[in-house]
Amino acid sequence: MAEAPFGLLAELTHRCPLQCGYCSNPVELVRRNAELSTDDWLRVFDQARALGALQIHLSGGEPLLRPDLPELVVHANSLGCYVNLVTSGVGLSRDRLRDLASRGVDHVQLSLQDATREGNDRIAGIKAFDRKVEAAAFVRDEGLPLTVNTVLHRQNLDNIAGIIAMAEEMGAERLELANTQYYGWALRNRAVLLPTREQLAVADPIVSAAQARLRGRMEIVYVIADYHEAHPKPCMYGWGARQLTVAPNGDVLPCPAATVISSLKIENVRDSSLHEIWHNSPSFNAFRGFDWMQDPCRSCPRKEIDFGGCRCQAFQLTGDAAATDPVCSLSPARSTVDLILETEMAPSEVPAMAMRKMS
Amino acid sequence: MTSVVALDAVPHIRRGVKCAYDQIRSAHVVLFPEGVLVLNETAASVVSLCDGVRSVGDIALVLGDEYDGVEPEDIASLVARLVERRVVDVDG
Repeated sequence: MAEAPFGLLAELTHRCPLQCGYCSNPVELVRRNAELSTDDWLRVFDQARALGALQIHLSGGEPLLRPDLPELVVHANSLGCYVNLVTSGVGLSRDRLRDLASRGVDHVQLSLQDATREGNDRIAGIKAFDRKVEAAAFVRDEGLPLTVNTVLHRQNLDNIAGIIAMAEEMGAERLELANTQYYGWALRNRAVLLPTREQLAVADPIVSAAQARLRGRMEIVYVIADYHEAHPKPCMYGWGARQLTVAPNGDVLPCPAATVISSLKIENVRDSSLHEIWHNSPSFNAFRGFDWMQDPCRSCPRKEIDFGGCRCQAFQLTGDAAATDPVCSLSPARSTVDLILETEMAPSEVPAMAMRKMS
Repeated sequence: MTSVVALDAVPHIRRGVKCAYDQIRSAHVVLFPEGVLVLNETAASVVSLCDGVRSVGDIALVLGDEYDGVEPEDIASLVARLVERRVVDVDG
């Protein structure tokens, strides 16, 4: 039997005031009338805790757009879970935060799109910067720990020192600097987002120096730009290993991007229990362990480190979800990634960013 | 890089970190942003004594009454690992 998951990523809604062109939600966004009801979510939380989940990440979209958020926080907290609110900060007033904190939110993760108002609001597609700065102050005043999360790409990578300074100013205890991963929206906008080698070469030592300087005060987690690396990321620490995602419509996913693998039959909480889905569904068992692997992964000692990389990326770039992640230098499809880098890192004509919106 | 924790250092649980008992795993756990630590019995005892009052040496004395062969250096190295995982902070 698979080991129990540690966390549930609860995507309460795909509705969001922001329109970031690298959103981790799928391109086909779930509409409001297809969202799970309050009772459905309460049941999902019960089942997640019974399965072993100890952390509930209340995410979206923008979770503050769910009027039942206070009730969901109370329930997640009553189960003994660590409750993480993942928000854009838009709609987070002082009163709202105080109320959510009193009901059991343990930690707030706030997105920041760029170091400056102009850059932030251009990427977000709305005026959000001032509200994020305000929201961070409310979180700090309330005494809750704060993580600032910034997705990095060609448009903001040159401002990395400013982003780090901004997170310090906001009083963050953690800063996640995550280079864009190319699924869904980000895949569509890849030619706008892919950073150049030069940009990464400048940014990397700035991050390392800040990590050393801020040690003990602000932890900086740096997620690499995998197209530029020789080895893939240890995606999700293995398929169906530590966390599960429930989408707004109740679809249960081994990773938030898994809907891109069109060959995968996705289960739903309306039809089956999380216990049944986690342990027995074909989708969660598809790439567990090592038996599904082909060479070069199968005979590679690194399989214990990177688990063959990302299944979604393998599917998107090779058409085979069980292939070696093509960013790996040992993958027979690495040339596909090299060609993408060559043509999209510095395109002669940069296309306009496709802003995220409901179709 | 593992920090060195002195015997007179006073550890406390960091803000935003929750300690709990998980019936599903039958183990004490520490919950913190983006992470879960499942503790063995010794680690759970140490964490429960990281109260911002007792020093590492004090914790070793308390545990010495309960278990055989408790070495203060072992407690210090366990606390250092908890500092690395950002579960506890030390003063002094």
